[in-house]
Amino acid sequence: MLNVGAISEGFVLDHIKAGKSMKIYDYLKLGELDCPVAMIMNAKSSKMGRKDILKIECDINLINLDVIGYLDPDITVNIIKGEKIVEKRDLSLPAEVKNIIRCKNPRCITSIEQGLDHVFFLADREKGIYRCKYCEEKYHEAR
Amino acid sequence: MRHLMSPMDLSVEELYDLLDLASDIEKNPDKYSTACKGKKLASAFYEPSTRTRLSFEAAMLNLGGSVIGFPSQDVSSVSKGESVADTIRILSCYADICAMRHPKEGAPMVAAQYSGIPVINAGDGGHQHPTQTLTDLLTIRSLKGRLDNLTIGLCGDLKFGRTVHSLINALIRYPNVSFVMISPPELKLPGYMIEILEKTGVKYTQTVKLDDAMDGLDILYMTRVQRERFFNEEDYVRMKDFYILNKEKLSLAPEDMLVMHPLPRVNEIAVDVDDDPRAVYFKQAQYGVYVRMALILTLLGIEVTSEVKENA
Repeated sequence: MLNVGAISEGFVLDHIKAGKSMKIYDYLKLGELDCPVAMIMNAKSSKMGRKDILKIECDINLINLDVIGYLDPDITVNIIKGEKIVEKRDLSLPAEVKNIIRCKNPRCITSIEQGLDHVFFLADREKGIYRCKYCEEKYHEAR
Repeated sequence: MRHLMSPMDLSVEELYDLLDLASDIEKNPDKYSTACKGKKLASAFYEPSTRTRLSFEAAMLNLGGSVIGFPSQDVSSVSKGESVADTIRILSCYADICAMRHPKEGAPMVAAQYSGIPVINAGDGGHQHPTQTLTDLLTIRSLKGRLDNLTIGLCGDLKFGRTVHSLINALIRYPNVSFVMISPPELKLPGYMIEILEKTGVKYTQTVKLDDAMDGLDILYMTRVQRERFFNEEDYVRMKDFYILNKEKLSLAPEDMLVMHPLPRVNEIAVDVDDDPRAVYFKQAQYGVYVRMALILTLLGIEVTSEVKENA
């Protein structure tokens, strides 16, 4: 059994689909933060068979959880303070995501206007469909 | 400050108010002839457009205001690479309201984010063209007296035609409206529009031939079927005549049906139809000016009673 020590303050992201933790690492830009990160891949899970876990030791205000909600709302977020879980946060699809995904529609103003944020809004919560705020094109790529 | 990006920005009540104002303008043009005295419309057209641009400019001039702007991007700083955000910041210093046409989808929304004056979307690529929809609604309400209890035939390119999608979205908010979709299979209404109709429980039928659909229509809304939209030449040749309205086909239509078209038409309505009292597409262009006048007044917050009073 692999052992990773407890963290004093930060997040434990549990129930990440096996193999997806690197993607989460990139989206959260954890490489840019000056903090320890433990990535546990392919751990056994009674619920999922296999899962990934991310442990991030950092100030809990540093990370925007909306991104995780967008990537996979089934991920469990445990917020740790003083080595204890102080909050378990349920994620849901955020109503809006900014600069996480980019509009690929060549006819959209985002393709030419400098410095414009790429903003997507949740058009259909049931189906998890996001559309560009400007051209309303559906975002197609798998998360 | 309000902008107009999509026809759905207006609630049903706001739309009624706007159409009422447009109808009053039609009846009493003199009452409004100095309502925008001292106000300027910036007409920012990044791609050429005859009807929409001139209709906006005529609307502002009819209200006693004046117009500045550019008719295409070749003659503006855009050709030097200026962003939409910067252009609208500058126009906000010169004018009181802006009508913007842009080939890129969402450009007027970017403008609205940085603007100090109301922005009207005068067409952004294939995305939205709200003042066309308002024009259509005013035409229907003025000539039919209602926006509910209507059967509307939509004919031609229903797949790519943004005017058609926009009109459907606006009309399904009224009770007892049904549609007859008349198009070649290649140009049928897209799935997401059908979904909207199914979800809202709006009645619709689909057919291939215009002749089969005429009976029982209150309105026939024609659009152009472009040759390049067909997969092969053979299909185009076989079907193109299905979508040309001529005197003979019009004889199958009810006496009080309206024939509408967003214009420009090419050959989908034969010229022999023009004299028929049911052909209202040129009147439609006139309603386009009234509705834009009403929109300018509404967004500027100018209320015209017996004398001009300003709210803004």
